[in-house]
Amino acid sequence: MKGNMVLLEFLFFPGLLFTAVAGLLTSWVDRKVTALVQMRVGPPLLQPFHDIRKLLYKETCVPEGGATGLFLLAPLLGLAGVTLASMILWRTLLNAEATFVGDLIVLIYLLVMPALAVMLGSFASRNPLASLGGSREVKLMIAYELPLVLAILVPVIHANSIRLGDLLSGQAPVLSLSGVLALLVCITCTQAKLTIVPFDMPEAETELSGGALIEYSGPPLAMFKLTRAMMLFTMPVLLVVLFFGGLVSGPGWLPPLIGFLLWFVLVAISIVIRNTTPRVRIDQAVRFFWGPVSIVAVLAVTLAWLGF
Amino acid sequence: MNGTINALTRSLNVFHLAGSACNNCDIEILDALTPAYDLERFGITLVGSIRHADLLLVSGIFNRKAAIRAKEVLAQAPKPFLVVAIGGCPCTGLMFRDSYNWLRPPSDYMRIDAYVPGCPPKPEAIISAVVKVIEGLRSGALIPRCLQNDGTIPEDLAPGMADNA
Repeated sequence: MKGNMVLLEFLFFPGLLFTAVAGLLTSWVDRKVTALVQMRVGPPLLQPFHDIRKLLYKETCVPEGGATGLFLLAPLLGLAGVTLASMILWRTLLNAEATFVGDLIVLIYLLVMPALAVMLGSFASRNPLASLGGSREVKLMIAYELPLVLAILVPVIHANSIRLGDLLSGQAPVLSLSGVLALLVCITCTQAKLTIVPFDMPEAETELSGGALIEYSGPPLAMFKLTRAMMLFTMPVLLVVLFFGGLVSGPGWLPPLIGFLLWFVLVAISIVIRNTTPRVRIDQAVRFFWGPVSIVAVLAVTLAWLGF
Repeated sequence: MNGTINALTRSLNVFHLAGSACNNCDIEILDALTPAYDLERFGITLVGSIRHADLLLVSGIFNRKAAIRAKEVLAQAPKPFLVVAIGGCPCTGLMFRDSYNWLRPPSDYMRIDAYVPGCPPKPEAIISAVVKVIEGLRSGALIPRCLQNDGTIPEDLAPGMADNA
């Protein structure tokens, strides 16, 4: 019985269905704001849903000579990873008792899955452009994971707990100096984790014409697009939970509303960065993340350790 | 109208295939995709990979070497997709018709769904063609030719040509 409940939660709420719908709506916000920045009207509300539906009807092309099994399995891996991550996050948000020791660590690992899936899929497709995109994804991940994990340590030090439920206690690490620094690091790393401009080298449309996903068509491509949309929704939620002490903690409608507004601000920051910066080279990105961003992250952890 | 066609008309991803064109049509195609016309309102976006494409805009005369590549690219497109020929070149060959490198009309080896004549056609003409294609699909008057098997695609474009391609 309990197993069935978990399965239902995984498939519908707060798992796949909920996160997919929320993610596609977020990607609509992304496209609409981008359109407004470029002074045009932009796509209708249901456009991301139409895109996914259309891809489900398209033929699945499997490249000759590639690793077929891995090629078709990779998108599933990414989708499962982000769904599970979102489910753990939202279960804890809705009921702080649903937490377990180390769920934050599990979450960090699960959020790596989409990038890992892109990597595996691109290398399995036996396309030179895709493998170039895949290798860029590897380098990018090595670059941003270190400062990201360091920055996530700051709220953990503040709450003195590795459980998500304890981070929801209402205190906001962002009110301290170390919290502000860590949030800035996290916003930068999120941009790279979502592979959006300026860190979209794995998919660079102009040079790699789709890059890592170049060989994907039909339902597998739809899965990758869905995964990206779900990440676009989940990452800001995670940041709000980590740095602002939860979306829906406390009684009444005010905390969820403030949580939603904070989430929207984080999404908007990401979209504005995407629309106002050019793509950087992969070596510049690695230097940027291992240089200034990592230094700021270490500084933030040290400050948090000293109690600032 | 079945679900496939309905879904296709609501979200067309455009791929741009230039076959030795003089570039004027290519510039007009890019013009049509600029914010001034804002085709994203209708779900039309430009994609970089043929695997992501639903609508192929082909331009140029497709000389001997380009024709082989074009055929190969078309074979890689996931079905169902549409092919729209942009400009006078794929329609009639224009002044290149008697040229030494002119192979044969692209309609001989590509299943083209619509033609947009003009040298080059204006962005408005390209958009109007796409709208007509969408209307045709929705009313059932037009079935994507990639789904029809009318045997117009020759196996060999020209004997012996692939060797020195």
